[in-house]
Amino acid sequence: MRNIISALVLNKAGVLARIAGMFAARGFNIDSLVVGRTEDTKLSRMTIVAIGDDKVLEQIRKQLDKVIDVVKICDFADMNYVERDLMLCRVHTPPEKRSEVVEVVNLFRGRVVDVARESLLIELSGPEQKMEAFVDLIRPYGISELARTGVLAMQRGAQAKRRRAAKP
Amino acid sequence: MATTKANKRQDRSAGRSCKGKTGAQIFHEMLLGEGVERMFGIVGGAMLPIFDVLHGSPIPFVLTRHEQGAAHMADGYARSTGKVGVCIATSGPGATNLTTGLATAYMDSSPVVAFTGQVKTFLIGNDAFQEADTTGITRPITKYNLIVKRVEDLGRTVKEAFHIARTGRPGPVLVDLPVDITATKCPVEPDLAPDLPGYKPPLRGHMRQIEAAAQAINAAERPLFYVGGGVISADASDELRALAEKGNIPVTTTLLGMGAIDEASPLALKMLGMHGTACANYAVQDTDCLIAVGARFDDRVTGRLDSFAPNAKIIHIDVDPASISNNVDVDIPVVGDARNTLSRMLERIQPRDRSAWLARIDEWRRKHPLRYATQGHIKPQEVIDILGKLTNHNAIIATGVGQHQMWTAQYYGWRRPRQIITSGGLGTMGFGVPAAIGAQFGNPRKTVIDIDGDGSFSMTMVEVLTAVRYQQPVRFVVLDNNYLGMVRQWQEMFYHRRYSAVEHPCPDWAAVAEAFGATGMRVFERSELGDALKEMLDCEGPVVMHVHVDPDENVYPMVAVGKGLHEMDLGKLA
Repeated sequence: MRNIISALVLNKAGVLARIAGMFAARGFNIDSLVVGRTEDTKLSRMTIVAIGDDKVLEQIRKQLDKVIDVVKICDFADMNYVERDLMLCRVHTPPEKRSEVVEVVNLFRGRVVDVARESLLIELSGPEQKMEAFVDLIRPYGISELARTGVLAMQRGAQAKRRRAAKP
Repeated sequence: MATTKANKRQDRSAGRSCKGKTGAQIFHEMLLGEGVERMFGIVGGAMLPIFDVLHGSPIPFVLTRHEQGAAHMADGYARSTGKVGVCIATSGPGATNLTTGLATAYMDSSPVVAFTGQVKTFLIGNDAFQEADTTGITRPITKYNLIVKRVEDLGRTVKEAFHIARTGRPGPVLVDLPVDITATKCPVEPDLAPDLPGYKPPLRGHMRQIEAAAQAINAAERPLFYVGGGVISADASDELRALAEKGNIPVTTTLLGMGAIDEASPLALKMLGMHGTACANYAVQDTDCLIAVGARFDDRVTGRLDSFAPNAKIIHIDVDPASISNNVDVDIPVVGDARNTLSRMLERIQPRDRSAWLARIDEWRRKHPLRYATQGHIKPQEVIDILGKLTNHNAIIATGVGQHQMWTAQYYGWRRPRQIITSGGLGTMGFGVPAAIGAQFGNPRKTVIDIDGDGSFSMTMVEVLTAVRYQQPVRFVVLDNNYLGMVRQWQEMFYHRRYSAVEHPCPDWAAVAEAFGATGMRVFERSELGDALKEMLDCEGPVVMHVHVDPDENVYPMVAVGKGLHEMDLGKLA
């Protein structure tokens, strides 16, 4: 089972190593892990996509919560949330195929960010399923390079914002 | 109580200005503020500014022979007193030598704070002389660790280290101190207030969960307490006894929980698990309500998981939410400190007559007592049995790891908490000698005995020199069976007696002890044993007593790996 967990962590040296090390030491499988700054300079947000059954995911939550640099955990399992992944993808595109590829990119609301004689560099963001659907369609043209950021997520609605004021 | 102590600590460090002081001076101020009474460790280049400040300090420093010894001494001191143990090592090899001790303290949730030297901040990452990535190496074996990169952060970090080590589920914390930071003067008045927004150990159990647990206990015909080190570290043994007596509920303890209940009590079933007593293990398999307190369902305790406590509703009280429903599925989890939770549970437990249950347990106890033969060689169990009686079951006992450790747990006769100092989780051979010395430093008026095996003793016996130098009257009893006995037992039972790399000849430890400046004794015959043990206990200084015991004795009962607790091998005498 795929589950998205987001953790607000202190923005200081060694935190990523501590959390990555905990995952490795406990034998948890993670699909992606994204770290970035937040609205508070003292905090970073880690968004983790983890694979496992309910029991494993419960342990992941608890073990994350136990890490002293983790301030707060949010588990999106029972929530309404938005998920985004950013992809850069270089597709082999001879001039005669270019319009075909651009059409697919437009259908997915992606963007062409660089054009070369034989290739296009495409930027696309969205939930994981959309990215995969796009990759499936574009693969026959020949993907020469692909990079994805991993998943970011945030809760929908007003609830999530409320907690910000409570932080020390 | 706890608040008064905390206030006192604050008072001692309050009102002193740190501006203009060096990192090392601030470090020293903070230790004084924390009420540190003693430190264990070894000097080194990267720690020179610190040791310059320790010159003439009111906090005595114990120079050990190896950093592993320092970490175990701090651990033994911590476990026997309940205070934080402090150890110090230099950068690189000093720090790496601490690691076994830190991992030991981590697995057994012992409050230890370690300070390590580090190369100058601008050399970090350069493979400088005696450089190691200490925080990287110790991250998975400490509750928390930190490197201080600005002198302004040093005081606060030391405070945080002590706070984290002693609160919640206790554990070791390491602070890495680059030598230029400890030598630098602090240009401003540093903010010393701990800043740990992510650290909120849960102390009070949820009332609804406590109610639910009490109801389940009240409804149970055959409830059983299964009690671990969490009860010791929370100082909850009085609360436990009150509950057990009120509800007529028997108690079995893990290796680290020994002493949580006086074993003279009819409610005490002694240890459970792989080498637990028959009555404890049968009781676990028969109970209809297992109340785990400060224990974590370790594989050595549960045996085969799917047949563990098959008839029981399981209540789990633990300060660490991550240990609940980790190994076994728990029916009623209570996240909270053992003392707080048990004391609030007390008034909700109804007194109930459970004489049928206790009678059943008593029958197992009578039918399958712990026993050993009394002919031929000296039996190791006998030595421990006699030691228990001679010390009125009141000494502090440290052990190494192996057969002798199990026999000590089985036979000593535990009376009170903080009496057994043993490496349960990590199983660190060599723990006994330094841990006993640390415990003696913390308990100068108590008898401290290291009951050790020849294998474990060999690993850290150099620290006997530390006991001699600092005149710590620890008694080291080395049960020499000429084997690495526990592994030999496994090879005998599960590997067709193909004894591989387990023969372990030892020198005359008494002569070694004499050369070290301790008293040495050696015992071969049963007829000499009682008197020799008496003489040893009457001795003044540190004593090493080398006892030649039966090389072929095995630890029973034994639950083989993969078997359920009811499938015990009770041994030849049963």
